[in-house]
Amino acid sequence: MNVKDLVLVGHGMVGQRFLEALCEVPGAAARRRVTVLAEEGRPAYDRVHLTSWFSGTTADELGLCPPGFLAEHGIDLRLGDPAVAVDRAARTVTTAAGHTVPYDALVLATGSYPFVPPVPGHDAAGCHVYRTLDDLTAIRADADRARVGAVVGGGLLGLEAAGALKAMGLETHVVEFAPRLMALQVDAGGGELLRRKIEELGVAVHTGAGTERVETGPDGRVSAMTLSDGSRLDADLVVFSAGVRPRDRLARDCGLAVGARGGITVDTRCRTEDPHIWAVGECAQAADGRVYGLVAPGYAMAEAAARDLTGGEGRFTGGDTSTELKLLGVDVASFGDAHGATEGALEVLYSNTRAGVYKKLVVGADGALLGGVLVGDTEAYGMLRPLVGSTTLPGTPEQLLLPGRDGSGAVGVGALGDDALICFCHNVSKGAIRTAVRDQGCVGVAEVKKCTKAGTGCGSCVKMLGAIVGEELAATGVELSRGLCEHFAHTRAELYEIARVKGITSFSRLIDGHGTGEGCEVCKPAVASILASLTGSYVLDGEQAALQDTNDHFLANLQRNGSYSVVPRVPGGEITPDGLITIGEIARDYGLYTKITGGQRIDMFGARVDDLPGIWRRLVDAGFESGHAYGKALRTVKSCVGQAWCRYGVQDSVALAIELELRYRGLRSPHKLKSAVSGCARECAEAQSKDFGIIATSDGWNLYVGGNGGMTPRHADLLASGLDHATLIRTIDRFLMFYIRTADRLERTAPWLERLDGGLDHLREVVMDDSLGICDDLDELMRRHVETYQDEWAATLADPDRLRRFVSFVNAPGVPDPTVRFVPERDQIRPARPDETRAAAPALIAGPQLEVHTR
Amino acid sequence: MTARLLEHDSTVPLEGATVEIGADGAWTQVCRYGDLLPGRGVAALVDGEQVAVFRDRAGALYAVDNHDPFSGAHVISRGITGTREGIPVVFSPMYKHAFDLRTGACLDDERAPDGSPARLRVWPVRIGPPPPGSSHAVAHDVRGP
Repeated sequence: MNVKDLVLVGHGMVGQRFLEALCEVPGAAARRRVTVLAEEGRPAYDRVHLTSWFSGTTADELGLCPPGFLAEHGIDLRLGDPAVAVDRAARTVTTAAGHTVPYDALVLATGSYPFVPPVPGHDAAGCHVYRTLDDLTAIRADADRARVGAVVGGGLLGLEAAGALKAMGLETHVVEFAPRLMALQVDAGGGELLRRKIEELGVAVHTGAGTERVETGPDGRVSAMTLSDGSRLDADLVVFSAGVRPRDRLARDCGLAVGARGGITVDTRCRTEDPHIWAVGECAQAADGRVYGLVAPGYAMAEAAARDLTGGEGRFTGGDTSTELKLLGVDVASFGDAHGATEGALEVLYSNTRAGVYKKLVVGADGALLGGVLVGDTEAYGMLRPLVGSTTLPGTPEQLLLPGRDGSGAVGVGALGDDALICFCHNVSKGAIRTAVRDQGCVGVAEVKKCTKAGTGCGSCVKMLGAIVGEELAATGVELSRGLCEHFAHTRAELYEIARVKGITSFSRLIDGHGTGEGCEVCKPAVASILASLTGSYVLDGEQAALQDTNDHFLANLQRNGSYSVVPRVPGGEITPDGLITIGEIARDYGLYTKITGGQRIDMFGARVDDLPGIWRRLVDAGFESGHAYGKALRTVKSCVGQAWCRYGVQDSVALAIELELRYRGLRSPHKLKSAVSGCARECAEAQSKDFGIIATSDGWNLYVGGNGGMTPRHADLLASGLDHATLIRTIDRFLMFYIRTADRLERTAPWLERLDGGLDHLREVVMDDSLGICDDLDELMRRHVETYQDEWAATLADPDRLRRFVSFVNAPGVPDPTVRFVPERDQIRPARPDETRAAAPALIAGPQLEVHTR
Repeated sequence: MTARLLEHDSTVPLEGATVEIGADGAWTQVCRYGDLLPGRGVAALVDGEQVAVFRDRAGALYAVDNHDPFSGAHVISRGITGTREGIPVVFSPMYKHAFDLRTGACLDDERAPDGSPARLRVWPVRIGPPPPGSSHAVAHDVRGP
């Protein structure tokens, strides 16, 4: 067929994948007029990771359509103008806005819609579905005024929704009609364990319960739900997540055949009965009679249709419905025939309710692996999934379930054949990955991802990918360097051990004995940090001074125009009126820009190098000390106001925050460290987003570790609960020192914990049960840190030699750098932009001479 | 211009000797050799220009423009020095670009964001005579061949 006008209806994940597959065929898009009719107001985005929007991933970050992609291929994307009718005789599509678009080829990728049980009250205000970014925006807006949230549906998406409601502070209930959670994926045993784990997290689970009706209050909003067992559940926010239905209305209306339970009927090439119309993804009933609700089969259908349209051979005969995910912090995986539905299937089961692990393998009568369910420990998923269908397993099913238990060691990726599928989203086999490394010169996971697309769908295979790439590189003789930089073949953790064991206290000895060359901006600050954590000495003495990043060198933070900012420590965020006045007066006298930081202190910007000693002289005299905002060190321990003032506080969070901040101030670490203490479970200090966070309970302190905000947010994990004061301090001491000892350079605690062999359990054993026998060492290192701490700024001011570096020009002390210029903005200063610098008139030079008083 | 490795005689009181920058046919004294910390730099004003002066661990001197073409800030003197594949370099503290200390060439990018070549100007640098009063007045030219 000679296709000139191609119309795609729907720009979801599958629609976008179709466009990409089309554009991969040279000239395929350029020769056609491609029009995309989209219902939503934004281009395709990642619905698999939709929930991450609640934890800070932006809509843009979820976007799947690369910038420039549409323009490059001449694709006309019409957002917010969905198709409403198809005229098959005239071969035109009519849009909601009334436009008529002609087609030679029409591809329907309309996806699915959430099923909402037609119970009374289902459409009341406060009822939501969980499908689009707009849905999530509406849920968040309603959650602000809600107290109790109920999720109808205990499947994959329902549990994600429950996690989101819980995270927003709502009392959360899950109502599931089936007798267990995730009934589609896991069996009764796995469901039971999942239920227990989710209940431990404070989510109430009601299984075997249908929704009879949604009650509303006098304002018309949701007030409660009546369940099929007659019980009543108070709730002011309801999320329906009871499965999806194919959106096949457009096809039905123009007379195309649909399946008995919905879904546009297509053949293996994804063609409908009309030779001009294709259907792909969740709106289609595939040739095997199934409607797939997962992204991987949707992508496979999109690729099949694109190949068929461009004269290639595209086939989709059926897909894999395996799943691995972390739900509310619980790992769950299901693959192949998870329910043992195959004739003659046998089960091998391991269940350990004490450790919270449930594993089941389904094996055929001939010994072939058919499928399985993993809850609580999904480590083996990546390895097991490609083995489905194989009769030559690399071990007995028992060994596959419990690797290493009989000393035989874990089964490695080497046991997989080349045809084993690794990335199910993009259909990439182990052989293709090996070829990328061996023949296409890829030397790392990132390059292999780019080259093969493996690991760029759901991401669950990335770990396997890493293992295969590493193994292949080793086999081809290329060593994957784990070294810090070109000067050291060692990791940061290894250098730490070398310095500690050999008692090395200088960079020269370390690089001359264990490295090459003169070092660089990577290894020098890393070694400086190691030496500082080990020796606790002043960071600017002797050779150490040459290792520091400029921030550490001037004990201030470099800003974009070469000026610096100054942050005095405000432990726990508690400051007296006199302290505030001191800071205010200094900032006013030096003409500095002031801003409150996220860590509950005050940042003063625009200081020239020459001004730093004068500013700090006054700060130190007033009792302030360095806030280490410039260092890879403890930043702040944020706190809520706590029991002393707050009506809800159960412990004195401010006192603990101050104590912790003073204990760990100046502690040099692989990356910055942030902490917070909340005085009650309301968590106003946001402790769960910190490297170590403490939440007060009436039974003691709960300690969370490995949290992170910023670019890759991560909720902290609960390391221990109900701790008394002494145990809490001891546990944090050891956690920090263990992290400092073993982390990579610039590795925050969050990725470190993710990477740590054995994870949270291992960490707990090390720092609480001393499983490695190193706790005495860790305690001793922290004791030494606390004893030898000195304020770097006080020490600098006391030594004329150390002060000599604070000049703009070595041959003209007292002359300020004339290129550091500022302009007024909102009653303060800001750095002049290059164009403003050239127009010299309004630019100002900072310093005490600057008039910034505005009233 | 390249500063040759200084194979200094331990009897020469180098720490007190002066560091001089060559500009417009004249030598300007900027600091004492001992003011320079091995591996770190200082900024000096020479005829109104900002020059970043470095001393490496082996004792060699380098003088390059203090202006970082990528940020527009005058901060090169505050960078960390080191080597890249054997080439002596300074890393700008702003966005960590590496510059060859001998030629001023940026090893990461050929052009700055404004389209100009990403290359630092270099100045001749030498050890001049120690200040008056020192008993060992030894001039020691460390300019390249």
